[in-house]
Amino acid sequence: MTVGQAVEPRSQPHEVPAQTRALKNTARRAARRWEALQGYGFLLPALLLLVLFHLLPVFYALFLSLFNARVFRDMWSPGPFIGAGNYGRLLTSGEFAQSLGNTVWFAGITVPLGLVLAVLFAQLLNARIWGRTGYRVTYFLPYVTSTVAAAVVWRWIFQPRVGVANSVLAWLGLPGQQWADEPRGVFLLMGQFLGVPIDGWLSGPSLALVTVALVSVWYSVGFNTVIALAGLTTIPIDLYEAARIDGAGRWRLFRDITLPLLTPTLLFLLVVETIRSFQSFDFFYQMMAAVPVPGAKVVTIYLYQQGFQSFNLGYAAAIGMVLFAIIFLLTLLQFRATRSRVVYAD
Amino acid sequence: MAVASMLPRAVHLPRSSDVARHAILLGFGFLMAFPFIWMLLTSFKPFEETLASPPTILPMSWRPENYAEAWRAANFPRFFMNSAIISLTTVGGTLLTSVLAAYGFARLRFPGRDALFLVFLGTMMIPQEVTLIPNFVLLANLPCPIPVDTICNPKGSGWFDTFTAVSVPWWVSVFSIFLLRQFFLGIPNDLWEASQLDGASHFGYLRRVVVPLSTPALLTVALYAFVQSWKSFLWPLVMTSRPDVRPIQVGLSTFALENGTYYHTLMAASAFTIAPVLIVFILIQRHFLESIARSGLKG
Repeated sequence: MTVGQAVEPRSQPHEVPAQTRALKNTARRAARRWEALQGYGFLLPALLLLVLFHLLPVFYALFLSLFNARVFRDMWSPGPFIGAGNYGRLLTSGEFAQSLGNTVWFAGITVPLGLVLAVLFAQLLNARIWGRTGYRVTYFLPYVTSTVAAAVVWRWIFQPRVGVANSVLAWLGLPGQQWADEPRGVFLLMGQFLGVPIDGWLSGPSLALVTVALVSVWYSVGFNTVIALAGLTTIPIDLYEAARIDGAGRWRLFRDITLPLLTPTLLFLLVVETIRSFQSFDFFYQMMAAVPVPGAKVVTIYLYQQGFQSFNLGYAAAIGMVLFAIIFLLTLLQFRATRSRVVYAD
Repeated sequence: MAVASMLPRAVHLPRSSDVARHAILLGFGFLMAFPFIWMLLTSFKPFEETLASPPTILPMSWRPENYAEAWRAANFPRFFMNSAIISLTTVGGTLLTSVLAAYGFARLRFPGRDALFLVFLGTMMIPQEVTLIPNFVLLANLPCPIPVDTICNPKGSGWFDTFTAVSVPWWVSVFSIFLLRQFFLGIPNDLWEASQLDGASHFGYLRRVVVPLSTPALLTVALYAFVQSWKSFLWPLVMTSRPDVRPIQVGLSTFALENGTYYHTLMAASAFTIAPVLIVFILIQRHFLESIARSGLKG
């Protein structure tokens, strides 16, 4: 329609008098300007909110992070200017290093486990089986419940004295655990049980951290499954049939067809899950009664404590910026590392 | 085999691989559902029974009064009301801004449109933790045109500690704009041409043709906004300090931290906290899951 309008005058330029053509051009320009104006108008409400509450704050955080900002009245002079002082303090802080280490452990557990389970579930659900919808809804349920309610329930399940998790362990003849209150490493605990002394960095992430990681996987695996399932259904069935005629077994089908063709979906999930794990806050806050054991204090909790309990706003803003930078770099890296291996089935 | 082929198609006998499939799915399904089951079972037990070790599975005596007690133990009616106000305004705001922006991106042509769309998508990468501290400061410095204490605070603390602070910043959702744009792009152009002949403006066409045609997508956007708003925690935790405006997640959190050992009422409180979202989700799960799935495809 609009293309036709643009082409029309050019196809018969000599038959139209110059004056009419100029008039037409002006009218068209006005129409286009009016359309553009309307376009900006339609975007305005969303754009305004986005800029005000999601984009500008990033720049203000950068500004704030350059000050020793504690409690202040004027937002443009939040305290003594200290340049990169907050960042210097951050990089030399043992507490920050530890919290970052905990976050990395947390991501290292939740991302692979979450992805593997999602692919397994999707693979199992990608068939015409009875009760498919029921399974899908059940697996997705945790994702729509509130994290606070879920954390309250899981804390009850993992309650050290009368929780059902320890009852199951006792029934299996295993010692009861402190779960979300356990600062000691999981490998150390296993070693203790088997009589092997393990200490230092070998003791691994704290059981508290692993407990929250398992809850976090429970929470998000349904979301990942739904997306992985959508990815699976885009793979043409003929491919499997052709391979089956060639005598390929189930594992070969999975390795040589499913996995390569699922890589775009997996990349998406990898990025989303990594970002999610680096931002995880609610479960840590709620399952540990707002005061996590040192082995489970992640960066977001450190930021919260610095910002809203100690009111080191400038320092907390710097933590946020560093977290942002890490997430940004990780996402970039994941895109780069996987791009060469991504296969699109077009 | 011969018998199976004689049976009607619908009753075909399960193959061994189907049995294994169901066994694994049921096993994990039980793990996924267990917290919900355990929450419900505990919520009906008397306090003494929750202390039993090993625990009873079914309550020995059913005690539905736990729900009434939990409901009264903290100001849950107030928290529910607050959450309803916050979530419903967020749904309304998100629908409005998303429909307009999605239409702009899908139908109108103007300079910088594609660049703006990329900027919109890019903001999805900004983690909430980065904007938390600056927004805490910014909100307190926003002007207060309507001096009602649940909307904004005229005494110098701006929007801090109000419904506005918890709700308005989330009236924009890039995910929803993206979803609706895809949907609007699928509406045939003939409809616009026909409306134009009838003298319809873009806004009239959007209101009378596009919106009525997009009910499934709008439903998804509405549910998504509702769920996100209902379950959000860190934001209202930081942006509010008084129970009058705090939503139910923060209320439940405080209640749980203060009554940490009364698990029978805690489970009852958890149950009624998640009930609204669970009901809404189960009612329209098909639309919702399909839209979520579609969003990942072009990731």
